[in-house]
Amino acid sequence: MIAFNKYYNQFNILSLSLVVISLLFLIFKGLNFGIDFKGGILIELRSTDSKVNVSSLRDKFNQMDLGDVSVKKFGNETDYLIKFENKDNKKNIIEDVKKSLDKSFGNNIDFRRVENVGPKVSAELLKSGIIAISVALALMLIYIWIRFEWQFSLGAICALFHDVIVTLGLFSLLGLEINLSIIAAVLTIVGYSMNDTVVIFDRVRENLRKYADIKIFELTNISINETLSRTLITSITTLLALVSIFIFGGEILKGFSLAMIFGVIFGTYSSIYIANTILVRLNVSQKTILKDEEKN
Amino acid sequence: MLYFSKLKIICILVVSLFLILIASSNLFKFDNIFLKRNINLGLDLQGGSYLLLEIDNKPVIEQKLQNLTITIRNYFKEKNIKLVNFKLQNEKVLFKVNENDKQTVLDVFNDEESEINPYYQRFKSHQLEIDEENNFLSVKFSKQGLVKLKTSSQEQALEIVRRRIDEVGTNEPNILRRGNDRILVELPGLDDPMRIKTLLGKTANLTFRFVSNNNEDSFGNEKLDYEDEEGSEFVSKRIILSGDNLLDAQPRMDSETNETVVTFNLDRVGAKRFGKATSTGIGRQLAIILDGKIISAPVIQDTIASGSGQITGGFTFQSATDLALLLRSGALPAPLNIIEERTVGPDLGQDSIDAGIIALIIGFVLVIFFIIVKYRIFGVITNVALIINLLLLVGVLTLFEATLTLPGIAGIILTVGMAVDANVLIFERIREELKNEKNRLIAFDSGYSKSRTAILDANITTLLAAIILFFMGSGPIKGFSITLGVGIFTTLFSVYFIARLLTVLYISKNKNKEIII
Repeated sequence: MIAFNKYYNQFNILSLSLVVISLLFLIFKGLNFGIDFKGGILIELRSTDSKVNVSSLRDKFNQMDLGDVSVKKFGNETDYLIKFENKDNKKNIIEDVKKSLDKSFGNNIDFRRVENVGPKVSAELLKSGIIAISVALALMLIYIWIRFEWQFSLGAICALFHDVIVTLGLFSLLGLEINLSIIAAVLTIVGYSMNDTVVIFDRVRENLRKYADIKIFELTNISINETLSRTLITSITTLLALVSIFIFGGEILKGFSLAMIFGVIFGTYSSIYIANTILVRLNVSQKTILKDEEKN
Repeated sequence: MLYFSKLKIICILVVSLFLILIASSNLFKFDNIFLKRNINLGLDLQGGSYLLLEIDNKPVIEQKLQNLTITIRNYFKEKNIKLVNFKLQNEKVLFKVNENDKQTVLDVFNDEESEINPYYQRFKSHQLEIDEENNFLSVKFSKQGLVKLKTSSQEQALEIVRRRIDEVGTNEPNILRRGNDRILVELPGLDDPMRIKTLLGKTANLTFRFVSNNNEDSFGNEKLDYEDEEGSEFVSKRIILSGDNLLDAQPRMDSETNETVVTFNLDRVGAKRFGKATSTGIGRQLAIILDGKIISAPVIQDTIASGSGQITGGFTFQSATDLALLLRSGALPAPLNIIEERTVGPDLGQDSIDAGIIALIIGFVLVIFFIIVKYRIFGVITNVALIINLLLLVGVLTLFEATLTLPGIAGIILTVGMAVDANVLIFERIREELKNEKNRLIAFDSGYSKSRTAILDANITTLLAAIILFFMGSGPIKGFSITLGVGIFTTLFSVYFIARLLTVLYISKNKNKEIII
């Protein structure tokens, strides 16, 4: 048996500082919102012309007077991702850009993907993304509240917030883009983290009934160990699937799978070291669940 | 938990085989109508354009209020109440009335059976709201009135948009309303939406009006620019003909001048008016105006009584074709703005499919390999269930003809990773039970029943996330939530029916041998 409970304090301090650091990053550095939430234009283009490279493209775009333009390589040697704001809300801006590029590079440029999100739509998408995550958290809260005693709910919710905040903090730190698919990833992380926590809690509650004389400090450790192989195997298979998406699934899914990979790792960690330690700190005992059962 | 009746086994087999057969219809072509189903590919996989259009209702509201001014004035004139100082401002009609009549006017508007302010009987809210504003009375559309107005202009716009897109002839366009002032257009397979965007960007309000002799911006005149050339003309505000009078319009090559023109035919009323205008106006210039810009202003040479004519204006064949198309399909009630556009080229779509399939295969192989190493014979059972799970998932998606997107493929791969969770929970539990329980059947049985709540919890939490995504998400994200959500059900089915059946068969065959999980 591994003595997970030996390090409860140390890891609590670590988690707390991770959350604080993440919050500081989120407040002071903020998130790198993609055009879905910020509005603007994204063009993914491919060109086999050797004249086309990041700096020549950047020069060309700067001449077009579009304001801040970001030009990046995207996966392949021949693919580029260009993003800019459409400040004046010009109507045919994409066609104008295309014409202007064709003029300087010959007709060697292929627009593989174009996205143009107006300011109104991006504001709505951001709002509905925030609502979606809030509703998800609220639903999980209600679910776990129905399923368990309040001490357990608090533990699960703390773990959940930890995972979401630290994942977003990491995205802020690394400057990775937040777009619609990241919202989907965060929601899936919420589901996954909850799932992991609930499996351990289920065992804790079972053991509370089984062993009348073991204190919660020991009991959580027994429960973690009993479910450990399941926790690891599921995390590993999920990570195998996610790593496969990250490496082979193409550029578009990179951000999504990366967020999920972070989330699964944090989720696994938090269900052991946050959810359980809350039970210990709240002094959950055999009485806690007995009281609840008498009431019913 | 271990007993399967014959009937149950048959049901499981029938359901599985049925879904697998449906799934296979993606690969083979069946003649049977029921089996002729396919998973639809989302725009991000097959390539295509997604356009979200917003109707700019401001001109419509102003036009309606303009008409309303006349109605109100005439209505009260009959009642010998004089309304003065009419103004149109901030989507409100303002006017003055003397103090004695003020209450009468207010009462007329607030009357439940008001003649000029309808809707109350039906919606318990009037079409218009009246208020007092520093000496003026102000009338504006109520919330209900605005909703009705927007819905009706959306309906008209939807029809016109559909006609225009049908005329261009893209395959299987999807045109849907969103809210009460937006229209969503999905154009699969279209990688350059420029032409459609140009066509939808035009209101196509066509009018024929005389060029005025009077060169000033007076009440009956306005100054309009030419569409292509420099310069402008003063044009009368009186409309001789409008696009509504058009029966047909076609691009033609004029054999005399070798110029591309648009010919048109007028309806009876239009033909009559056109005949009259061309007979009285010989020698005058008749301006042909589209969306406030003059296309051309030819001098009338002769009376045209036939009800057909042609528009010149230095067209290319393409622009003449587009103008004819716009005229045939009619004018939009209000201008449309494109507020969101997402276009994916077909080759990027294909690349995404390829990448998604490779990721799926590799993820699948990794998981299968890991599970076999970990659980041996029960790993094989898990993997068989996993493969069937995947086929069932594809089967259900095909049955409902769901739309598969790139995040949707990610959802399938994620399902593969998470699907083994339930079997792992069960097998780990059985392992524990085997330590204390001599009777293997009882150990297996309690392994299944004791792990059940945890499995349900795990799947319900994920399902909750998927449901929220389904309702909140758009396009590709919706595709993810669908595969994730459906994956939960097929996973539960494959774990509790397929894997359990195989487990039962295995332990009843090896009753006397040692069983190691």
